[in-house]
This record gives sequence, structure tokens and C-alpha cells, in this order.
Amino acid sequence: MKMQTIFEKSVPGRRTTGLAPEPAQHRASDLVPGELTRSEAVRLPECSELDVVRHFTQLAKLNYSVDANFYPLGSCTMKYNPKVTEVVAAMPGFNKVHPLLARIGNGQGCQGSMHCLYVLERSLCAITGMEAFTLQPMAGANGEFTGVSIIAAYHRAKGRDRRIMLIPDAAHGTNPASAAMAGFTVVELPSRDGMVDPEAVKAAMEKYGENIAGLMMTCPNTLGLMEVHLREVAALLHSIDALVYYDGANMNAILGKMRVGDVGFDVVHLNLHKTFATPHGGGGPGAGPVGVCERLIPFLPSPRITRKADGSYEFLPDNPESIGHVGPFYGSFGVLLKALAYILRLGGEGLERVAEYAVLNANYLRAKLKDVLDEPYDRICMHEFVASAPAGLKALDIAKGLLELGFHAPTMYFPLLVHECLMPEPTETESMQTLDAFSDAVHAIVARAKEDPDYLAEAPRGLPVSRLDETEAARKMHLTEDM
Amino acid sequence: MPYIPHTQAERDHMLATVGVQSLDDLFADITADMRPQSFLASRGLPEQEVIALCEELANRNQSVLSFLGAGYYDHGIPAAVDALAGQSAFLTAYTPYQAECSQGTLQAIFEFQTAVARLMELDCANASLYDCGTALFEASTMCVRAARKRKIVLDEGVNPVWRNMLHTYAANLPMEFVLVPHRDGRPDKEALIAAIDKDTAGVVVQNPNFFGVVCDYADVFAAAKKVKAFSVVAVNPVLQAVLKTPGAMGADIAVAEGQSLGLPLNFGGPYLGLMACTKALIRQMPGRLVGRTHDKEGRTGYVLTLQAREQHIRRAKATSNICSNQNACALRSLIYLSLMGPQGLRDVAENSMEMAHYAARTLTAGIEGTQLLNEAPFGNEVALSLPVSADLVVQRCLAKHKVVPGYPVGRTYAGLDKVLLVACTEKNTIGQVGILLDAMQDVIADILQEEALHG
Ligand SMILES: Cc1ncc(COP(=O)(O)O)c(C=O)c1O
Repeated sequence: MKMQTIFEKSVPGRRTTGLAPEPAQHRASDLVPGELTRSEAVRLPECSELDVVRHFTQLAKLNYSVDANFYPLGSCTMKYNPKVTEVVAAMPGFNKVHPLLARIGNGQGCQGSMHCLYVLERSLCAITGMEAFTLQPMAGANGEFTGVSIIAAYHRAKGRDRRIMLIPDAAHGTNPASAAMAGFTVVELPSRDGMVDPEAVKAAMEKYGENIAGLMMTCPNTLGLMEVHLREVAALLHSIDALVYYDGANMNAILGKMRVGDVGFDVVHLNLHKTFATPHGGGGPGAGPVGVCERLIPFLPSPRITRKADGSYEFLPDNPESIGHVGPFYGSFGVLLKALAYILRLGGEGLERVAEYAVLNANYLRAKLKDVLDEPYDRICMHEFVASAPAGLKALDIAKGLLELGFHAPTMYFPLLVHECLMPEPTETESMQTLDAFSDAVHAIVARAKEDPDYLAEAPRGLPVSRLDETEAARKMHLTEDM
Repeated sequence: MPYIPHTQAERDHMLATVGVQSLDDLFADITADMRPQSFLASRGLPEQEVIALCEELANRNQSVLSFLGAGYYDHGIPAAVDALAGQSAFLTAYTPYQAECSQGTLQAIFEFQTAVARLMELDCANASLYDCGTALFEASTMCVRAARKRKIVLDEGVNPVWRNMLHTYAANLPMEFVLVPHRDGRPDKEALIAAIDKDTAGVVVQNPNFFGVVCDYADVFAAAKKVKAFSVVAVNPVLQAVLKTPGAMGADIAVAEGQSLGLPLNFGGPYLGLMACTKALIRQMPGRLVGRTHDKEGRTGYVLTLQAREQHIRRAKATSNICSNQNACALRSLIYLSLMGPQGLRDVAENSMEMAHYAARTLTAGIEGTQLLNEAPFGNEVALSLPVSADLVVQRCLAKHKVVPGYPVGRTYAGLDKVLLVACTEKNTIGQVGILLDAMQDVIADILQEEALHG
């Protein structure tokens, strides 16, 4: 049966009264001149509460989620999101507070919320070894923009016009896009054996010299490998006073094992919706706090929070050297609160265990899949690994075969430099039994596809829809009910 | 350890399968000299202790009667919004890359795009942006790219929070802003039109503006069109139920802060950037778009589409760097709009406006020396000129009466130290406005008396 849209379910005149207030005594056209009002009512759905409840309950059933089953989407850290964090974030004492209350008086109205921000900032400093954090960025990419803007501001403050940002070829697409938004020209670094190659950095430095503002590096990188030349690369860039940026989207792998601040990085962003277990929301909201070393503190976004001698908190006046405001206020507080609850729950020791078991799970799965998928990098991986579909098979087909068997597919076709790439990231919250079942599924799919080459072309069967015509979508541009 | 299911026997079996002795062997690439000297010192807490600790912190926030708005409003949220948007099948999924198992999220985004486009009376909308400030920036870059010019005419009545963000985001880009000052909180439309010239890529205004003033910008947008510039308007999405639409005014792009549509204030987020535009600008849009299509059996389905605009394909040349957006917030707003329907949203808007008008009458009549900042029409928020510093009034009202009368405009607009911005929603009552009046009368009398004493 076709799943109608909520607009198709609309019945003129139907509604549930008492959700909105009774009609006002004045119509809008009594309060403002008639020509400033809307001529036709908004064509929103006209439904009862139960219609709406059924609709969104049915839609939810068409989704796949971490709570339903294994979701090994590489680079996304689809770990279990503890329910207790939802309880904390729903506390009315937190979520009713208007952000501008902090600007009234000495912020006495919202000291509890400010305490949370402060403790989270300090916790992230302890976890990463950075000197200071801003919680303002609203996602990973937003954190990248913040970080590279800080790099731009640093050079500007030194009176230099440095235009080049070095980015490894395996980097996530947001890295070059963020650098471009901050006005940089991106120069791509070819990697060697899946790693940033100090020789390539040297070559770029010879070519571009002091035009280089910095380097953006992901570690563990997007191939799931620990970068082994971190210190050397950082030292090379520092020799010309260029800065090194650490994309911390993959921080889950190294919690407690290495702190980016200790090994010479100047700026880092974290994805709280990955490492710190806040739910991905079907695509956000996330949070992308940015940590910096001491000399970059003046450039952090405003306002910054501090703890006064009497133990109360205040936001400092805007610093003239600051890059300004990347978010409207102090960050996505509701998301930050969930991350804080997670950190409180696990503590330092719990976080270190997270890294250990995330890496154990990835290596176990890698070992189990060795005989069916091709492995471009045959070495211990970190929290995830890349594999190529075996000769004759496509990564896309294997992915769709997995959906058919009730699993989410790994990330596919990223990084671009790996042939027919699949990238599973199991995370620490999955059990051995789940990994075994997934491995069995991959084995079954590959074996069946080798016997019957057409079998995968029709996958996935038994889901709400089979493969969808993407060309039609792009050509017809049917983006709303009215287009 | 919490949330790690492995038994010791399983761990040992897994280590053996991998071919290493210990967990730490897995981290051999991180050499001893790179290991941390210290780490987060705090110990993990049992679940109930986390809850108790956080409850204690939540209670440290004061419960106040607040008339703060300034772009972010305390509207009512139906119970069904939390119940439905909180379903873990929505919450614990991610970006719907695998369309066949993500039709719930995808169809919801399609419906969201429809609702936003209809609210604005524009052709299409995207799947959400972080907030209104980033949406305004993205809209400005769309103008610059599409017009191949770099000047943006920016009205001073656009929320200063969002204007600050515009400057941060555009700091390193070939883009310049020409600020057109307001006149007593009203937009200066002649000056806006005069500022538009052949170098203009776009004009950016807000309706109602920061001071709550409602206006028709059709003539400004027509002037922009004449020089092949694009028009951007930021609107209040709730009032959009009753106010003239961006489409009807001839805007090319509309943005809004979607917080009012079923999202709690939450001390600054997560919020929701709405963006709609004309068909001509679709390929300049930032962020995700969902399109309707069919599967092999002819069944209707939804997919992410027109992805050639996005960072994972275009990298440095993408229309934006945005990847994760505000999907769960967009879902909340869609559920909110579905529950309200056209009549409910209108009732929310009109009650909010009516209460703001009542508050304006009550405060100007009841406090000597208090008047409207201007005579312009306003929506659910109004700028009042007080006899004393608005900042002081607000501070004192909070300290003495646990009432926050509004936002002291002088914080962001020089020379308007006595101006107070008062916002109302449908949740406010006549009784609450009475409490507000009493509190303000009391502290203003105190302040005047002190001023008289100290000359
Ligand atoms: C390595 C890497 N960097 C950056 C990002 C961007 O994060 P977000 O989607 O939160 O903007 C991602 C996530 O997709 C990522 O995997």
C-alpha cells in the first residue's frame, strides 16, 4: 500500500482543538493593516492528533536505527545512545531557559546551565589536552569552519596573508569545503600507504613556502589507520609557523590513548554526536566543539565563559581578536547536555575502555571478513577499516544485500581512493554475537553472488521500497507536493 | 564498563582472533612518548547519580516570568511533538544515505520541505540548516554566486545576533555588506532602495524586524530585481501564518529561525534554520534536498537528490560545507505544524500578537513616561521607550521580582539605552502582563527616586 503523505491525509476542517489556543478576539488584520497580512491560509495538513500520531509512528517503522539493529556506518560512530542522556536533556529546569537570560544582571538566572557548559569545556580539555574549548559550533563541519577561521585570524593578527590549506586526499569532503568557506585555497596532499606522507608535505612546502596557513589532518584517518608521522608533520608545519588542524571526528578510537594537544596539534574539533554518544537524529542536530592551544585562545568565538573566584559563572565581553560568533549563543545546549551526561556516566576510565573495545571490535570484524573482502591495508586498524568488494562485485550491491538481510550497510565509496570501498565501523557497544552475525551475512552474500551473479542486482527485497531511481529524482526535481 | 557488552571470555577470544595479546597491543602505533601524562580524572557515575546531579544543576536555574524574545520565543509545544519526534527509530538513525531503509526520515524531510515552501509561498525548501544566522549567511552566498557580484545591502533591523554571525562567516570571503540604518526601529525603505545599485548582489531584510515592526518590502525587492540582485527576507515562522509572505512580496529566498515551531528554548539550541527559495535558485541551495521518485516496481519513494551541490561530491567547490544538519529539529517542526494545521497556527500567531498589543497598551498607559518607540505596526513583539535605562529595569525586575520584562535593546543598538523589547506568546495571560506592569512600575519608581536623590 502506498504510504500517503501527511498532506494527502488532510481533511478540510479537521483538527484537534485545544492544542492551539482559542481563536483570538482580534484577527491579524485588526492588529496590522490588512495589506500586510497573508491573503490565503497556509496549506498545512488538517488532521486530528491521532492522524498525526499514526502517520509519524508509521513513518518511524520505515526507518532503520541503532536501537533496532547493527549500524556499522564508517566515519559516523553509530554507537548506542544511552537513554539516561535523554532524561537529563528533557529536564524542564534546563530546556525552558531563554539564552538571553544569561545577559541579564550577572547571569544569576541560569547558573546551573552555565555550570554545565563550563564543566563540559574543562572535561573536553582534559580529554584532548587542549588549553581551551568553544562549544559554539553546531556540527563537525561547523567546527571545521570555526577552526580554520581561527587559523586565518592567527595569521592575520601576525600581519600575514597566507592563502593555502593543505588537505590529504583521503579527507572528508567537509574539510576542503570548510577551508574554502574561510577563504583558503585547498592544495590536496597525496597520501602514501594510506598515511599523510612527510615527503609530500615537504614538497608542498617547497612549492608554496610561507603561503601555507596550515594543514588539516584526520586521525585516525578516514581509512581507519593511525597516522604514524604526526609529530614529524606537525614539526614541519610549525617550522614555518603554519598551524595543524586535527579533524577529531574519529576520536572514539584514541580516547585516553593519545591527546592531540600533547602531540603538537593547534586546533581540533570533536563530533559530540559520534564520540560522545549524542543521537544522530536522522542527520543532526550534532555539536562540533573546537579546542585550541594556548596561543589561539584569543581568537576563539565570543562569548567565552569563565568561573569567578566565588564559584559563579559569567560570559566575558567579546574579545576584539575573536573570530566573532559562529552560532547564535553558546552552542546547541540540548546536545551538549547529553554529551556531558555521557561523560559523567563513563568517567575517564570508561572513556578509555570505549577506545579499547571500539578498536577491538573493528579488528575482530576485520579478521572475520579478511577471507571475503579485499583488504587494501593489511595491518591493525583503529575504530574502523576499509575493504574493497571482491573482484566482480560492487560495494553498492553488497551494501544492498546487507540491507536485505536486516543490517545497515557500511559507508560506501568513501574514501574515494579505495576501489569499491566499504568502510565498517562497529563501535564498542556491539557484542561479539552481533559482529559474528554481520560477518556471516557478508559471507553469505558474497558466496551467493558468486553462484548467482544476478542475485544482488535485485537486492534489497522485502523492504518498503527496492532500489530507487535517482536519475528520475534529479531530473524531475519533485521536491515538494507542489513541484 | 557501562555500554560495553563484552565478557572476559569473549574479549580473550576476540584478541586471539585478531592475533594480539592484550587490548593495549592494538595501540602499538601510538608510541610510548605519545601516550598521555594525564586524562579526565573523574570517575564514572551510576545512572541515578548522574540524574540526581543534573537535577540539582537544573534546579540552580531560576524559574522566572520572562518576556524575552528577540527572535526566540516560548510558544506552547503539544505533548505529541515530544512523543513522536522522540521515537528512537527517528532519533538513532543518521543521514538517509541508504534510501531503502530510511524512507521514514526521507518522507518526513519531503513533507518538511513542502510545509516550509508553503509557509513562505516559495517553490522549494531544503532539509534544514543549523539556525537562522547560518541560513542568512548561506542565503547571502547564494545571492553572491547567482548574481556574480559581491555587495549585500543589509538592513540594520535584521537581528544583531544573526548580523554578527554574517560578519564572522563572510570575514574571509569576497563579500561586502552595506548596512542601512533603521529609523526609530523602523526600516528605512527609501534608504534601502537608494543603497541598491548595479553592484548589488542581494538585499537582506527581516520581517517583522528585530524591533517587532511589520512591513511590506515588495518595493525594495522590486528595486533589487531591476538591477539583477536577489532578495532575502528572514521571517518569524509562526507569524507567517498571518503575515504577507516572502513569495507575495517577491523575495527570492526566505529564511527563518524555526525554534518557534515546537522546539524548546533550551538555552541557545539546538535550533533550526529554515530556507526556501524560487525554482531558479535550487542549484545554488546549500544542504540536503529530498526528492520523490519511484522504485523498479513503480512504488513511490524518496531519495537525497541534487547532491552535486554538496561537499561529499564537490569538496572545495560545494555550495556549503554543511553535512549533518538539524534533522531531528526539522522533524519536530513538521510534527508541530501538522498538529496545529492552518487554523491552529493562525490562532497561535494571533493570540501572540494580541497579547503583545495588550502589553504595549498596558505598559504605556500604566507607566508614566513610557511610550511606543514608533507608531509602526508590530507583531508579537514591541519596542517601548522607558523613562530610565532599560538594562537597569530588567536587572532590577529579575533580582527583585523574578520577572524579566524583555530585552534591553541598548545592549546591541547604540543610543537606545532606554528601549525595551517586550515579546509575548499565546502562553502569556492578562494576569502575567499585570505582574509585569507591577514589577516595572515598582523598579522604575525606585530608579527615579535614586536618580532624584543623586541628582
Ligand atoms: C572525518 C569527518 N570529518 C567531518 C565530518 C563532518 O561532521 P558533521 O556531519 O557533524 O558536520 C564527518 C562526518 O560525517 C567525518 O566523518
